[in-house]
Amino acid sequence: MAKIIVVTSGKGGVGKTTSSAAIGTGIAMRGFKTVIIDFDIGLRNLDLIMGCERRVVYDFVNVINGEANLKQALIKDKRIETLFILPASQTRDKDALSKEGVERILNELAEEFDYIICDSPAGIESGAMMALYFADEAVVVTNPEVSSVRDSDRILGMLSSKSRRAEQGLPGIKEHLLLTRYNPERVVKGEMLSVEDVGEILAIKLLGVIPESQAVLNASNSGQPVILDQDSDAGQAYLDTVARLLGEDVPFRFLNVEKKGLLKRIFGG
Amino acid sequence: MSDHSFELKGSLFPLSVLYCQDLSAAAVKTQLQQKLAQAPAFFYRAPVVINVESVTQVPDFEAIAQVFKELELVLVGVCGASAELKKMAQAAGLASLQLSKSKTPAKESKEKEVKTEAAVAAPVMETKVVEQNIRSGQQIYAKGADLVIRGTVGAGAEVIADGNIHIYGTLRGKAIAGAAGDNQKRVFCHKLEAELISIAGSYWLSDSLQGEYWGKSACIGLQDDKLVLADLL
Repeated sequence: MAKIIVVTSGKGGVGKTTSSAAIGTGIAMRGFKTVIIDFDIGLRNLDLIMGCERRVVYDFVNVINGEANLKQALIKDKRIETLFILPASQTRDKDALSKEGVERILNELAEEFDYIICDSPAGIESGAMMALYFADEAVVVTNPEVSSVRDSDRILGMLSSKSRRAEQGLPGIKEHLLLTRYNPERVVKGEMLSVEDVGEILAIKLLGVIPESQAVLNASNSGQPVILDQDSDAGQAYLDTVARLLGEDVPFRFLNVEKKGLLKRIFGG
Repeated sequence: MSDHSFELKGSLFPLSVLYCQDLSAAAVKTQLQQKLAQAPAFFYRAPVVINVESVTQVPDFEAIAQVFKELELVLVGVCGASAELKKMAQAAGLASLQLSKSKTPAKESKEKEVKTEAAVAAPVMETKVVEQNIRSGQQIYAKGADLVIRGTVGAGAEVIADGNIHIYGTLRGKAIAGAAGDNQKRVFCHKLEAELISIAGSYWLSDSLQGEYWGKSACIGLQDDKLVLADLL
């Protein structure tokens, strides 16, 4: 039985798609058959981050409407054997998704895949609700600043009241906190909330902390999920995150200010 | 056309009911005085109904009404009265109220006839218990009940109760106690970081809650229309 994981946040621009791509890729690298679905209908981005935008022919909405079958719409990743992408439609809007349609496709995917990653759109409207409704687990992506934390709290409320698990009285969605764009230097200066602050407010288990990194932007621009850049701090942090998501106990890194060596100070970091 | 300037509508209100077997004016007075001494503010000008179901002697309603007046209580009427007692109550200017068929603790007291003490039944409050965090955007209302939250009330969340509110986690959102207008209700929380606290319609924003108790446990009540913060313990 496939596990459905939604990557959500409420607030936009916090790194949902980057995280979906990285986590999906990371799980697939472990040999699990994984599909990442872009629920952001109309603002399709996942295919860009995954570097497969030129290969999109049919999309999620086409499959829901029966204009194409899943095999035609799924894009197989060229780097990792077990990774697939189901792109969003660029020309439609979020109302094109129906609960029945989404359920049918998820059921069909569940027969074949081990993990289904749902990349949620921002906001709390139907698109985001559709992405989280069928989830077993949720990765709540949060930036260490107050408005993002507030929106994440809102989404956590939705997860516990508006999901299928909540409506059917099943055990609740397993919630994970993923803190992105974390900058320890700015935390020390008091310009950013610390891991502890966010953890205390949201009161859910911390899954990972991704440091603010140039590598993320570089990766997005080149269409390579940042987790494949294993020399970068962000890439390593996502590898740790995936390990924890799969139940491994991995210590947290990149939480403290790195002391700059003499050479680094002279020549710049 | 309906006229909204004059309407007569049925409504339900909590009333204290007095169960007392010895309804002589003197006995009622001493028993009531004892009870009032325990919580003078709570019973001040409280409307009271006397249950006369199990009285043995014929009470003097006018004398009893006088006692209530002296003690600053408002005697509204009687309930559980026989046809004869009803007439007498009416003569004394009292209303005759109908008992609801269920829940008549008077029957119980018949069995325990030794019991002569006055028992003033305060309105029974239910309690609603929520065993999770209340997230931003969520709203919990405990109608006619106390509310207990075993978790944190997040910023942008609202917890409302007609009774008291107890929060075992941090209160970051809004807490509205005594929503039905009872100014004796209070808010108890383990850690006070509230956006707003309201009791019986009076409210305070977080700015007025800053100070000694901010970020600490506290008990918030209303005294002479003023917010009073106190230690939880």
